[in-house]
Amino acid sequence: MYNFTFHRPTTVRQAAGLLGRNPEAKLLAGGHSLIPVMKQRLAQPSALIDLSKVEGMVGVELKGRSVTIGAMTRHADVANSTVLKEVMPGLAMVPGSIGDPQVRNRGTIGGSIANNDPNADYPAACLGLGATIITNKRRIVADDFFTGMFSTTLEDGEIIVKISFPIAKKAAYEKFKHPASGFALVGVFASKRGSDIRVAVTGAGSNGVFRVKSFEEALKKRFSPKSLEGLSIPATGMNADIHASPEYRAHLVGVLARRAVAKAVG
Amino acid sequence: MSATGIGAAVRRKEDFRFVTGKGQYTDDVVRPGETRAVFVRSPHAHAKIKSIDVSAAKKMPGVIDVLTGADLATDKIGNLICGWMIHSKDGTPMKMSAHPALAAGKVNCVGDAVAVVIAESIAQGKEAAEKVKVDYDVLQAVIDPAKAQAKGAPQIHADIPNNTIYQWHLGDPKATAAAFAAAKHVTKLDIVNNRLVPNAMEPRAALAEYDEGSDHLTLWSTSQNPHVARLVISAFVGITPEHKLRVIAPDVGGGFGSKIFIYPEEVVCLWASRKVKRPVKWTSDRSEAFLTDAHGRDHVTHAELALDADGKILALRAKTIANLGAYMSTFSSSVPTYLYATLLSGQYNIPSIYCEVDAVYTNTAPVDAYRGAGRPEAAFVVERLMEVTARQMAIDPADLRKRNFITAFPHQTPVIMAYDAGDFHASLKKALELADVKGFGKRKREAARHGKLRGLGYSAYIEACGIAPSQAVGSLGAGVGLWESAEVRVNPTGSVEVLTGCHAHGQGHETTFAQLVSERLGIPFDNVSIVHGDTDKVQFGMGTYGSRSGAVGMSAIVKALDKIEAKAKKVAAYVLEAAEGDIEFKDGKFTVAGTDKSAAWGDVALNAYIAHKFVGADLEPGLKETSFYDPTNFTFPAGCHICEVEVDIDTGKTDIVNWTAIDDFGTVINPMIVEGQVHGGIAQGVGQALLEGAVYSKEGQLVTGSMMDYTMPRAHDLPSFHVGLTTTKSPSNPLGIKGCGEAGAIAAPAAVINAITDAIGTEDLAMPATANAVWSALQRAKPRQVA
Repeated sequence: MYNFTFHRPTTVRQAAGLLGRNPEAKLLAGGHSLIPVMKQRLAQPSALIDLSKVEGMVGVELKGRSVTIGAMTRHADVANSTVLKEVMPGLAMVPGSIGDPQVRNRGTIGGSIANNDPNADYPAACLGLGATIITNKRRIVADDFFTGMFSTTLEDGEIIVKISFPIAKKAAYEKFKHPASGFALVGVFASKRGSDIRVAVTGAGSNGVFRVKSFEEALKKRFSPKSLEGLSIPATGMNADIHASPEYRAHLVGVLARRAVAKAVG
Repeated sequence: MSATGIGAAVRRKEDFRFVTGKGQYTDDVVRPGETRAVFVRSPHAHAKIKSIDVSAAKKMPGVIDVLTGADLATDKIGNLICGWMIHSKDGTPMKMSAHPALAAGKVNCVGDAVAVVIAESIAQGKEAAEKVKVDYDVLQAVIDPAKAQAKGAPQIHADIPNNTIYQWHLGDPKATAAAFAAAKHVTKLDIVNNRLVPNAMEPRAALAEYDEGSDHLTLWSTSQNPHVARLVISAFVGITPEHKLRVIAPDVGGGFGSKIFIYPEEVVCLWASRKVKRPVKWTSDRSEAFLTDAHGRDHVTHAELALDADGKILALRAKTIANLGAYMSTFSSSVPTYLYATLLSGQYNIPSIYCEVDAVYTNTAPVDAYRGAGRPEAAFVVERLMEVTARQMAIDPADLRKRNFITAFPHQTPVIMAYDAGDFHASLKKALELADVKGFGKRKREAARHGKLRGLGYSAYIEACGIAPSQAVGSLGAGVGLWESAEVRVNPTGSVEVLTGCHAHGQGHETTFAQLVSERLGIPFDNVSIVHGDTDKVQFGMGTYGSRSGAVGMSAIVKALDKIEAKAKKVAAYVLEAAEGDIEFKDGKFTVAGTDKSAAWGDVALNAYIAHKFVGADLEPGLKETSFYDPTNFTFPAGCHICEVEVDIDTGKTDIVNWTAIDDFGTVINPMIVEGQVHGGIAQGVGQALLEGAVYSKEGQLVTGSMMDYTMPRAHDLPSFHVGLTTTKSPSNPLGIKGCGEAGAIAAPAAVINAITDAIGTEDLAMPATANAVWSALQRAKPRQVA
């Protein structure tokens, strides 16, 4: 690990100020993606701005017909949130499937979606529920937020403060774990909120999380796994690596979409 | 059986310190003024080194010295060696390349050490290592062992054409060919035995300290065999004479073979310590471990089995290409030869066997022994052939095995080994019952109703342990004898220290060896200490691997205890004022036959040291005896494992739903430890079958270079095992022990793959059988099933 300076601000404004003054700085949330690459000397930030003491960035809150989760809320706290498990258990499934207990007790929702790892779980939930990402500067809808592998619309000096999820009556996540890393080899989040039907896929696409419009159309007739029978997506644009071929990933998208819908309808 | 004697499931003595963090591993040893070694490693698989510039690195803060292969050559430090000579079928000796501890003008795999920085701290060492400028001329790399022999392949070592180390064979080619010509059925199989990364929990480490006053060197090292390390480092590498080097292997956190070998880092730390006159420590990080620990397996094999119309085996033949990586590691040559082809008879009467093995260099990490070492590869060949044959000939797989089992012992196989004891029918029968094979059909139908394919796979393995009779291995090319030593020291208070040349790195010797002494001397288990892993304390020993510590190491202790008992009886005769011939020893008490006179063990021990009652000069004071035990034969653990799987048709994911392991290990000292060894072995075998596989890119980069890409087995990948024993004692050692350390890893891969291929109805499946691999096999098989 290379040397860096360490800052621990207590307000979002302070954090943003530090970020503005240190263009080579990185925000530190749970640190589960950042710290390992720093230890491998593959990243060399001039400074770390630790968000763990920033006020107002932790917690799961029910606000009318949506649930708001602070960006620094740990995966374990989201997975175990009584409120969330009551109003939308499908979303609680997502952090519950991340890593191991150690990871779930450090990793945060804000860190996950800001990093937008193409195999991360939360991006599928954000896109699959039509979440809104609230930063210190603006509100960004999930459909605009994720722009590709490890890439988002976040600008310099912009900090995710919280994420607002509309409550969908029917929502579920199905994940096929990468055998080594435990990330999503393929993960599918499916939801139905009135006429808004969403099927979002992580892990499979070579350009990160995406929606499967053909599946969504099919589900509009009837939100049932039967509506997806015989449907598949093409292998083009799927990730290829030693763990899974594009054909296999495309196939899993179909399998997991059917399972997610089945789970969502209970 | 006493509560702590042979056969008792005593809790492990060593676990208190291990589970409370009080173990003392090499990295825990801190010497005054110690420095840290950081290696500069090649990022290329194959390249010429045009130049190395260390001047900037030397000026970095905290840097004491920066050394390269040129410095090593100047100081005339010798090469690392492979200690087992193999001759090719044309009689020529194997072609061993030079293997300097720091590269000499050329690198041959990613991770090859090019230079070393000796610094005050790791952080300073890493900073400086980045300033070492190495100018490479990158060459084309060859990764695939089959391609390495082809014309036009990059030549890795200038003096070794076709990258071929040897072309060895075993068995009778003519008789085998004749048997195949007469066969009614021939099964043919192409097998890849996947390359594995050992991943011991404790990474390798070395701490070297030079004492200028005495001109002595001490090496603390993660070694499975410290005496062999000392011998090789002194006699072959030439660091210092043997009597001026002490090697200590303290607590070692797992080895699985990978810590048998002598590695460049140990040599460099010793050499550098003498140069900088300060202790030098290196502890591998996990990334370095992936790149530089000797890997395991990596065979490509074509195998055939010939049978008559009744399913009786007539002959077996195999042609294997073994990838030994960029350099020949310490025992690498023996693994795909005498530890592999000699087990190709399996549990079966096979009249003729012929095996050819080509060993080749590639631009990958060296490959050497890994849990089972050659025997898992052999068991996989034999047991896959048996299962496929049963399916092709429409014979029940258990029945096919029964028709061919060896039933009379001793049994001379056509491939050197003479099996001395076993009961293969017994282990199969017990396994069939415990696995409820009768109920399998019903379970399969039930699974099908839930979209799951159920399969059953057998593995009736045999292996050779108790390595090994010195004369036999010497005649096969080993550079060492494989006996073991023991020294039993009885203290004046009657407590006992046993010094053994074996080395424990997870096996529980401190417990099992103490159980033996407790049983023999009738003294409390807690009054026995086991000393190992230090060449200044134990005179010589061959270390631990090949499940040899029980069969060979404990036999040496038995011999030493025999001598102790004999001398103690002489002492007791003086104490009890009786004739030596009338002294009896039982349950820790000496008695005079036909009288009520007795002396306790402690009394006799004390009298041995005070010597007040000795008359004349016929008895020396003291009670300490040494023995060297050389086994008369290998031992042959064998058994039957049955694996039951469910495959998810939609995803291809395999779940192991049931595992039955019936093993014959001969005498069992501690059934709890044995069961643990079986569990661990199966876990590693399941890892190989389902999850693990080292993958290099065609440029020679290790794609599976971290836990993010290399899949180690986890608890949730495994079922709760059903284990049991059948017992035939080994006639080749005094305790009747066969050994249990590797059986699970040897048996498991074939059981898993046989079960999955049974479930999915196609043999076209390679290891690791990941969900993707199984799903693809199902897709490939679909058109055939329709046709």
